Amino acid sequence: MEKLSGSEMVVRSLEDEGVEFIFGYPGGAVLHIYDALFKSKSIPHILVRHEQAATHAADGYARATGKPGVVLVTSGPGATNAITGVATAYMDSIPMVVLSGQVATHLIGEDAFQETDMIGVSRPIVKHSFQVRHASDIPITIKKAFHLASTGRPGPVVIDIPKDLTKPDELFEYSYPETVKLRSYSPARRGHMGQIKKAVRLLLGARRPIIYAGGGVILGGASDLLRELAECVNFPVTNTLMGLGSFPASSSQFLGMLGMHGFYEANMAMHNSDVILAVGVRFDDRVTNTVSKFCPGAQIIHIDIDPASISKTVPADLPIVGEVSTILTEMLKQLKEENGNINSITEKNSLDDWWRQIQIWRKENGLWSDRRYPESDQIMPQQVIECLYRVTDGDAFVTSDVGQHQMFAAQYYRFEKANRWINSGGLGTMGFGLPAAMGVQLAFPDQTVVCVTGEGSIQMNIQELSTCTQYNLPLKVVNLRNNYLGMVRQWQDMQYEGRHAMSTYEDSLPDFTKLVSAYGHLGFEIKELADLEDIMKEAFSMKDKLVFLDIFVDPAEHVYPMHVAPNGAMNDMWLSKSKRT
Amino acid sequence: MRRIVSVLLENEPGALSRVVGLFSQRGYNIETLNVAPTEDPTLSRLTLTTIGDDKTIEQITKQLNKLVDVVKLVDLTEGSHLERDLMLVKIRTGAEQREEIKRTVDIFRGQIVDVGPEIYIVQIVGTGDKLDSFISAIGYAEVLEVARSGVAGISRGDKILSV
Repeated sequence: MEKLSGSEMVVRSLEDEGVEFIFGYPGGAVLHIYDALFKSKSIPHILVRHEQAATHAADGYARATGKPGVVLVTSGPGATNAITGVATAYMDSIPMVVLSGQVATHLIGEDAFQETDMIGVSRPIVKHSFQVRHASDIPITIKKAFHLASTGRPGPVVIDIPKDLTKPDELFEYSYPETVKLRSYSPARRGHMGQIKKAVRLLLGARRPIIYAGGGVILGGASDLLRELAECVNFPVTNTLMGLGSFPASSSQFLGMLGMHGFYEANMAMHNSDVILAVGVRFDDRVTNTVSKFCPGAQIIHIDIDPASISKTVPADLPIVGEVSTILTEMLKQLKEENGNINSITEKNSLDDWWRQIQIWRKENGLWSDRRYPESDQIMPQQVIECLYRVTDGDAFVTSDVGQHQMFAAQYYRFEKANRWINSGGLGTMGFGLPAAMGVQLAFPDQTVVCVTGEGSIQMNIQELSTCTQYNLPLKVVNLRNNYLGMVRQWQDMQYEGRHAMSTYEDSLPDFTKLVSAYGHLGFEIKELADLEDIMKEAFSMKDKLVFLDIFVDPAEHVYPMHVAPNGAMNDMWLSKSKRT
Repeated sequence: MRRIVSVLLENEPGALSRVVGLFSQRGYNIETLNVAPTEDPTLSRLTLTTIGDDKTIEQITKQLNKLVDVVKLVDLTEGSHLERDLMLVKIRTGAEQREEIKRTVDIFRGQIVDVGPEIYIVQIVGTGDKLDSFISAIGYAEVLEVARSGVAGISRGDKILSV
């Protein structure tokens, strides 16, 4: 059997796992591993400028490809800098393996230089974590980590490796396990057949049904099945922020996003429904508004791989635990068996009245049915996203940061495919967009990747423009510049009588075009609506350059619809600054 | 409502902190906690008592089950079960109180396990209620120190918590 050192085993295990990229930053505790990586040259390592960006880039890679992202950081500050990215991945159930260096075993607990208890610090935000105790355990630990990160409800897994275990001069017999079994870990696969049959009968009896589909559909690779099912029963479909792209926006059955900034027709249809088929969602507070007022007339079928998501906030009438794909497949089979063929289902299960009502809602206040934002002398942020959609033919990978721009992108970029919309939905991490876009661009070098951001968020990881230079990442940045922390300002306008406490920068913003050119990229300022489309087209035609578009938009604009809170229901919304439902 | 949850846990470093951390992270409370290795050296058995409504208890058991180190768990209060808490009480006792204390200990089926010139150490085993009752029953004496093990529990009959 082949004999390798601990650090060589780390690298070989990652190779044998099929890892395509490592996102990381070297430091004392991981130098042995970096040396082994240098010698092997097999896996490209992307040197970020801050460890937070390493985790976000690995996260973006994972969201776009469905494969676990891999991060390598050193102990102490390297590990703690990575924490925000680990928490981001945890909240959105993204598969990730984070290898952190640790001080040598004999120093652990002595407050050694660059020592942090990474296992302790990361405990509440990981699916699981390991501290390696013996070098010979490195391969099996890495195998377990990838298995845990990528199966069941995915999530980040941390492996903490003390420096002495990676010494180059101590050799161990190496073999990488093909499979791994953990006696305490066996995520549900197939849903309970009795529950599935009951669910199908409930669906067929529904008169005001709706499908509420989320990130679990994308993570479970079940978008095609969702579409097939929705078309089979002719139900309307709404997506969560995390689920956008799991159902094609161009379908007439699509009602847009739901929730706090969801579409009027989506929130109204949810509130008035009699049966909700909830698929891969978790009834997040940004969706439900006041839980006690949530969809009073609806019976809820909840499909999820995580039993702890069922009835966590909103009680489910009919829970089905298992993989979304196997459950939807079985449901489709049952639907067909129950009815002979699909046509007879839709005829029998006439939803004409329901669809008529939905069309009325759509026409009244639907975001896409007419221009739903005010006239202004300035560029409206919504117009920028509509323009971006046209220029990229609706086929770009869109990452975003967090704030108003994120909501405008979610509302106005009409996603057709899964894995194209990449944003920090659960944790709401500003600074996510640019490094995430790097991860996506590395995975798909020939595709258009755009980061929609704001001047607040972009500055939280702007140093990554340097990483983009180093690896020639030709992504595009669309900066919706309103000179405010826009979402903070919106809340201050609505709930604090317009007192803009610390939400502006008082003329201290950099000239972004100069800044990006200092990093070797190209930047354009856009201040006139008339220039918007032409400059954007030009930017996106430059396939080998990073182009930063600094677009000055109306600073006073708010994101609507917006749930009335506190104490509002799904159907209580502000539709504009003056109009309420 | 009070619940007793028994957990078979991987006997790994950090496993206990995941369980305890889960409770503080999600705002659940722990009334008592008892943990020790089992006859299988790879497993620890942890028993905790907590108070919550049905919804909270359902979430607690689901979240515990999600922990990779948790191999199996049971809510003992769902069925017929035995629960025992062990208490050691150090009591200051002058000559005039000794007989009375001894009688009270006998009533509670406890033992005096150590004796000093002015000290008794009493051991009482039973449910939490019984231990509380003992403390109030010897209210006349000066209790210097109390150490309780926390509740350990097991299902009655042939229901078994094992791998």
